[in-house]
Amino acid sequence: MNIDKQTYKKYVKKRAPRSPLLKDMLLAFLVGGAICAFAEGIYNLYLLLKIEEETVRTLVPVTIVFLASLATGLGFFDSLAKHAGAGTLVPITGFSNAVISPALDDKSEGLVMGVGAKMFTIAGPVIVYGVISSVIYGVIYWLLGVMA
Amino acid sequence: MLKNPPTVAGYASVVGKREHEGPLREYFDLHDSTEKFGMDTWEKAESEMQRLSLNLALAKARLCGQELGAIFAGDLMNQCIGSSYAAECAHRPFFGLYGACSTFAEGSVLASLLLDSGAFSRCAVLASSHFCTAQRQFRYPLEYGCQRTPTSQRTATAAGALILASEGNGPYIREVLPGTIVDMGITDINNMGAAMAPAAYDTLTKYFGETGKKPEDFDLILTGDLGREGHGIICDFMKSAGYDMADVYNDCGLMLYDVDGQDMHSGGSGCGCSAATVAGYIMKRFEKKELCNVLYIATGALMSPASLQQGRSIPGIAHLVRISAERGE
Amino acid sequence: MMELFWDIMKAFLVGGAICAAVQIVIDKTALTPARIMVSLVTLGVILGAVGLYKPFIEFAGCGASTPLTGFGYTLAVGVKKAVDERGLIGALTGGLAGSAGGITAAIFFGYFFALIFRSKPRD
Repeated sequence: MNIDKQTYKKYVKKRAPRSPLLKDMLLAFLVGGAICAFAEGIYNLYLLLKIEEETVRTLVPVTIVFLASLATGLGFFDSLAKHAGAGTLVPITGFSNAVISPALDDKSEGLVMGVGAKMFTIAGPVIVYGVISSVIYGVIYWLLGVMA
Repeated sequence: MLKNPPTVAGYASVVGKREHEGPLREYFDLHDSTEKFGMDTWEKAESEMQRLSLNLALAKARLCGQELGAIFAGDLMNQCIGSSYAAECAHRPFFGLYGACSTFAEGSVLASLLLDSGAFSRCAVLASSHFCTAQRQFRYPLEYGCQRTPTSQRTATAAGALILASEGNGPYIREVLPGTIVDMGITDINNMGAAMAPAAYDTLTKYFGETGKKPEDFDLILTGDLGREGHGIICDFMKSAGYDMADVYNDCGLMLYDVDGQDMHSGGSGCGCSAATVAGYIMKRFEKKELCNVLYIATGALMSPASLQQGRSIPGIAHLVRISAERGE
Repeated sequence: MMELFWDIMKAFLVGGAICAAVQIVIDKTALTPARIMVSLVTLGVILGAVGLYKPFIEFAGCGASTPLTGFGYTLAVGVKKAVDERGLIGALTGGLAGSAGGITAAIFFGYFFALIFRSKPRD
């Protein structure tokens, strides 16, 4: 081929069909919005049931996680996510799906090194970086408090 | 060019659900809509597909396993376990190959050369891929929800087997041209067509240059599995090199599925895609005398999950095999 | 009743807008889903730390707390509370304590359903 790598890369990039951005955004908006609206709905439902607000704050994500895990187990989460994109990835449903889907697959490698270890191949980094940044924030917050 | 062109004595193909729903459905020997082939894991299912295709091809060639000089087989799984387990029960000399999607042609090239030299008188060539095993190894878990880009290809659940023999009535493998690694710096795993097309271009122009043949001399020029992107790229580049092959050219990745109707983005890929297309569709059309001169170029994208994570580009390769109904001189 | 409807509407609009914005990033940059999730959580911790995320939560409720940025915000709030109560050691205990419910639920239900169900090839 008589062209260099850079020219080829540009050529390939130019001819590749793009993802339909507007359609993707609209679907992400609708599905993501619906999940959040549903969460708000059950939040209010739990309050109506006279559950303490502090508990409700934990109970709502737990409910969403439960439903997302169930949907993944039943096998229709991926069909929805294929269309929804960020709509199912960004809410906590994406985290939940990332935990259970490798667990389902890797059952064939046993319950310890299969399910137990592989559960965190995608979701692990989320916890790692979340915890690390929270510790850094905690230390800075403490230092600011000491100095003040 | 082979002095004693080996002949295809038997062939068989086994596919999964989506492949059986595609346009080539009537050309395949076996399918299982559960894609498990009676096994409890996907890895075992893939081996079983290879084993079934070997046994079917042997039966069609009226041979038993003991008459094979050697088996050349490959798949996409780590350490080629699909092929090793499939060949276990045959108790014959075994060569495990890794050539990604080019494996079937790689095996055919090696087997043909050894048959031509007289080292063996009968060999089997096998290749398989399974959507579920490839998905687990190279991409995300099966139930993981993510979007695929328009240039991505789907790994076919398919296996193919050819029995090659030094004596027989054809079709014959007349010429082989092993490919060299060509890497044009593509890093996007979702655009393997673009990573492999330069290798196919390299092998094809070398072949046309050395033999003086033209695309018009063939009934069909078949690449395995460039997909829609790679198909477009190779057409562009061959045209600018002075070879217009639009009329006789097709790609296994585009033939295996109804690409738009089945929402396959850029088409199929995987060792099994071209293996089943050649050992199903192409061989049956040879049998019906609808084809008599075919150039088969299987391309492979030779990356691993680790090389991708290290940001390295995808090396491509393309092996060429010419299949003809006539034995020639 | 009208208030409830408006609450849900706000959650829908804000949650949807966050998802649509992330979709632009995905389509334009081809970042992997894991990187997207890591970025969102870290962003949530940072926004929570500088106090920019709280008004969001007050306005949109679950529309701001359900996305993974809200998960990051929970970590930040947990740490702040723990440092206030226990000093420096709170920096280590606060984050996970605040988000323990979501993480434990994901692990427990994930394990539980993995025992019951099997994965299927995608159509």
